[in-house]
Amino acid sequence: MLYREVGQYKTTYEADHAIFPLLQDRIGIAVILAIAFLFVPFTASDFVVNSMLIPILIFALAAIGLNLLTGYAGLISLGTGGFMGVGAYGCYKLATAFPQVNILVPILLSGFFSAAVGVVFGLPSLRIKGFYLAVATLASQFFLSWCFVRVPWLVNYNVSGAIEVPTRTFFGIPITGPNATATTRYLVVLAVVVAMTWLASNLVHGRIGRMWMAVRDMDIAAELIGIRLYRTKLLAFAVSSFYAGVAGAMLVFLWLGASEADSFDINASFLVLFMVIIGGLGSLLGSYLGSVLILGLPIVLRTLPGSLGVPLNSATVEHLQFMIVGALIILFLIVEPNGLARLWQIGKQKLRVWPFPY
Amino acid sequence: MLHVDRMTLVTELEVKPEVAAAAARILTLNNVEVVYDHVILVLKGVSLDVARGGIVALLGANGAGKSTTLKAISNLLHAERGEVTKGSIVFDGEEVKARAPNELVRSGCIQVMEGRHCFEHLTVEENLLTGAYTRRDGAAGIRRDLDLVYSYFPRLNERRNALAGYTSGGEQQMCALGRALMSRPKMILLDEPSMGLAPQIVEEIFEIVHRLNEKEGVSFLLAEQNANMALKYARYGYILENGRIVMDGEAKALRENEDVKEFYLGIAEGKRKSFRNAKHYKRRKRWLA
Repeated sequence: MLYREVGQYKTTYEADHAIFPLLQDRIGIAVILAIAFLFVPFTASDFVVNSMLIPILIFALAAIGLNLLTGYAGLISLGTGGFMGVGAYGCYKLATAFPQVNILVPILLSGFFSAAVGVVFGLPSLRIKGFYLAVATLASQFFLSWCFVRVPWLVNYNVSGAIEVPTRTFFGIPITGPNATATTRYLVVLAVVVAMTWLASNLVHGRIGRMWMAVRDMDIAAELIGIRLYRTKLLAFAVSSFYAGVAGAMLVFLWLGASEADSFDINASFLVLFMVIIGGLGSLLGSYLGSVLILGLPIVLRTLPGSLGVPLNSATVEHLQFMIVGALIILFLIVEPNGLARLWQIGKQKLRVWPFPY
Repeated sequence: MLHVDRMTLVTELEVKPEVAAAAARILTLNNVEVVYDHVILVLKGVSLDVARGGIVALLGANGAGKSTTLKAISNLLHAERGEVTKGSIVFDGEEVKARAPNELVRSGCIQVMEGRHCFEHLTVEENLLTGAYTRRDGAAGIRRDLDLVYSYFPRLNERRNALAGYTSGGEQQMCALGRALMSRPKMILLDEPSMGLAPQIVEEIFEIVHRLNEKEGVSFLLAEQNANMALKYARYGYILENGRIVMDGEAKALRENEDVKEFYLGIAEGKRKSFRNAKHYKRRKRWLA
């Protein structure tokens, strides 16, 4: 009833093409941002922030990256985990080589390493399509995983073979390393993720996004109207890997604190791919929804029996959690094969015409 | 046409007129409403009949709902996120809604989709054989029908071992039609058979449709842009506009209707319009718009 566009007249094309054309949407997004920045840091417990909000945000960023590649440019990739790893190791090298530089700089710069690696492994996409491209990117995943284990230079010849995140401060407040509080790390992650989502939104709603979608929908037609296929595809790989790289760097520096090579194995790739598919291909909102469903739901389910006072031993809870999450994923995909974002869109359409069915 | 059928049936079988009328129709759509994506209303109450052994043309502009009507009859809408929300579709005395598309094929209602959709990596003959997938009457019957299809489409006989993907557009349309024929249908829903084909080939295909109707007794529901051609071969016609039937009648009567002439045949006030005046051309009226 509240979700009506009545009386909201558009007098310019800009207003009509706005990403949130309805006032209600703009208010909604402002409220969500206000809650995330001003309310959550002071009220949420360390457990919620550390084990739910931070990973959800970081994986949402990785999912946005993969969504740009798979959902918008139509190139399937199973190498996201590897690209995230490149970001993490790149960030570690930079942060240890230039300890005096603000830590945010290496985190963002590390994206460029993975972008470069992504472009190299994206080269096959110029010739290969579909399932075969998935296999080609799988090769990159295995090669990068191998590098993380076998090249000791990446971890500065550390005996343990793992990244140990040094403490770095931002205007005197520690934001990485063991001394950083969950809330400060959450705020840094949130700021980076919001800024990069805004950037991605501008990318996909602009010229570049239209080029990607043209290539996705029909590459021959795209070529016919003068889009350079190889540049468009490689750009998609570069931007996608950049996002994955930043997400990987934040994963280690702002969440895990220390990391081994197997944080970035094939499972990470699949996890991000599932988020994108369940959330909705070609939707930024879907990347968030997928991340919430895959990372957030299990934790909620795991803590639910305890908080309700139901006595269940932890092994049973874990089994139940796997079963319920699996069933819910199948259920969501049956209800809406195009992902959660589509469900949300149909819900909004229904609200607009309510109480009429169409 | 319908009237004559009813009379003969009544005298032969001595049944009630309305029962006989129902038996004379192979397909009946009653007030059918189709919604895509839960929110987009496409068909706004379409009713039409196809007489047993008839050819019915369904005419209309792009986006009028012709293909949607055919897909609703074949129960294919769910693949495109659509559903029939109101009304009934009765094929051969049975409600369509409860039956899967494959059951419909088995009971004799088959669709030839717009854009042909041959299996491009199969040869022409293999394509035709896939059409007999639902048959249960043995290899001899299928063999006989294969020869029948080749007798109707001699061009397919020449290209029987060519991959369907490498045949011409006209041959592919023939292949699609022949493939539908292999299921021994009572009725074929034909969606835009003339699309992208040379006028000569269009003529040839319509001629074959006509002969199939006469000799094999197959009923046709024909969705077409090419109103001229469709009304030449059909016996009855419906005109769709914006998801509604706005006019129907005997094909001959429609051909002579001034509005149809102007809107679909490009002829006004008894003479052909020249291209020079085309830009001044304005629709005189819209039906029920």
